[in-house]
Amino acid sequence: MLYKAIVLGASAGGFYALRKLIPMLPGEFSIPIVIVQHISPTSDNYMARFLDNLSEIKVKEVDEKEPLLPGHVYIAPPNYHLLIEEDRTISLSTEEKKNYSRPSIDILFETAVLAFGKELIGIILTGANNDGAEGLKKIKEAGGYCIVQDPKEAEANAMPIAAIKKSNPDKILGLTDIAIHLIEMDTNIKSGKTSKSNDTSNN
Amino acid sequence: MIKETDNINHTVNLEIELILQAIFNKYGYDFRNYSKAHVKRRLLNRLHASKLKSISEMQHKVLYEPDYFETLLRDLSINVTEMFRDPGFYLALRKEVIPILKTYPFFKVWHAGCSTGEEVYSFAVLLMEEGIYDRAQIYATDFNHDVLDIAKKGIYPIERIKEYTANYQAAGGTQSFSDYYMANYDSVIYDQSLKKNLVFAEHNLVTDSVFAEVNLIICRNVLIYFNKELQNRVISLFYESLINGGYLGLGSKETLQFTNKYEKFAVVNNDEKIYKKKLL
Repeated sequence: MLYKAIVLGASAGGFYALRKLIPMLPGEFSIPIVIVQHISPTSDNYMARFLDNLSEIKVKEVDEKEPLLPGHVYIAPPNYHLLIEEDRTISLSTEEKKNYSRPSIDILFETAVLAFGKELIGIILTGANNDGAEGLKKIKEAGGYCIVQDPKEAEANAMPIAAIKKSNPDKILGLTDIAIHLIEMDTNIKSGKTSKSNDTSNN
Repeated sequence: MIKETDNINHTVNLEIELILQAIFNKYGYDFRNYSKAHVKRRLLNRLHASKLKSISEMQHKVLYEPDYFETLLRDLSINVTEMFRDPGFYLALRKEVIPILKTYPFFKVWHAGCSTGEEVYSFAVLLMEEGIYDRAQIYATDFNHDVLDIAKKGIYPIERIKEYTANYQAAGGTQSFSDYYMANYDSVIYDQSLKKNLVFAEHNLVTDSVFAEVNLIICRNVLIYFNKELQNRVISLFYESLINGGYLGLGSKETLQFTNKYEKFAVVNNDEKIYKKKLL
């Protein structure tokens, strides 16, 4: 499968998880990654700068109307929802909170499904609420690929558990294995192998 | 199967194009150049809540039932706001724009897309504290008459007052925030003196034109809902409405950088997105 984008949601404990996951990706990793990390509405873009310094891959807080480029990680700004347009640019919104959250993982995932259909990978990491579960289910229903962080490893397991219950993901993995799996999928895409991973086991 | 899904999405997009055209032709509100992801999400949410089968069914309903249109109008316009939202913006205004406004015997301000008015009253408070409110004429506009009615009354639920007080202090407030409102059971009413030089009026950025020459335009978190073409149109409208050397304040995630008027403005404060129309 030629995956065109990765959308990732994280909440409580997410900063530490991202600090581990993103620097594991090589500079030539080609699938754009869009991240919603629940964060205080008054925080600055510290997280994006911090992750960028740590990583080979380019990490940045998104600008409104920005097109998604290969080799980039885009982070939603505090207090704005992030939506993906069907022309694969980014829109922001200040509409009502969803699941008590702005940015909301569900809103990112729902709009990403409309933009990318089955060519989408959805990932849910650690968190203490159930934002993203509904969105991950939509990715699954559209034929996309779903990965959830192993709840046993997650700093807060409520969000992974909610996502697993709702969407029956393709993979449940620890952070290191998520990175390895993503790199493998990216390498397959670059070498022209288009078949979906044969291994369909969940654990 | 997948092919079919693609076709359905294509058809839904076509239906959305048609309903937006229908709304424009019948009611004069033009959402055709709004961000597509935003419009689609809001319409699909409403479709689900209305228990209708398709956007086409919704189009029929919106054409024959003006009340249903009002519901859609509310769905498509985002009216989330607060007093002194983004306090840093007000600090930057105090530091970099107010000193210039003070040099004028009289000045005009246009607050475009003012929604329910919280940010207009915030700005009025700021002018009071800087001692130049009496020299100001403030036009506050929105296309949605429901939110303007709320803005004109200046009465708001009390539950957020603690948060607003913190915002006020972070925005460089010099008094006690409670000086500016009266609390009454579950609501607060802002001081009548703040309203003296305020005019609330209906104006649609998409379809209406220049109505005054102003020294400062504040338009925050409105452009993010527009596509590039419409952003360019609105920025041109602002450019025409500003005096030479006039100021433009946008939302913290909005930028002139990708619009076609970028070279016509100087950046005053990049973090708070405050610009100044260059002298010709």
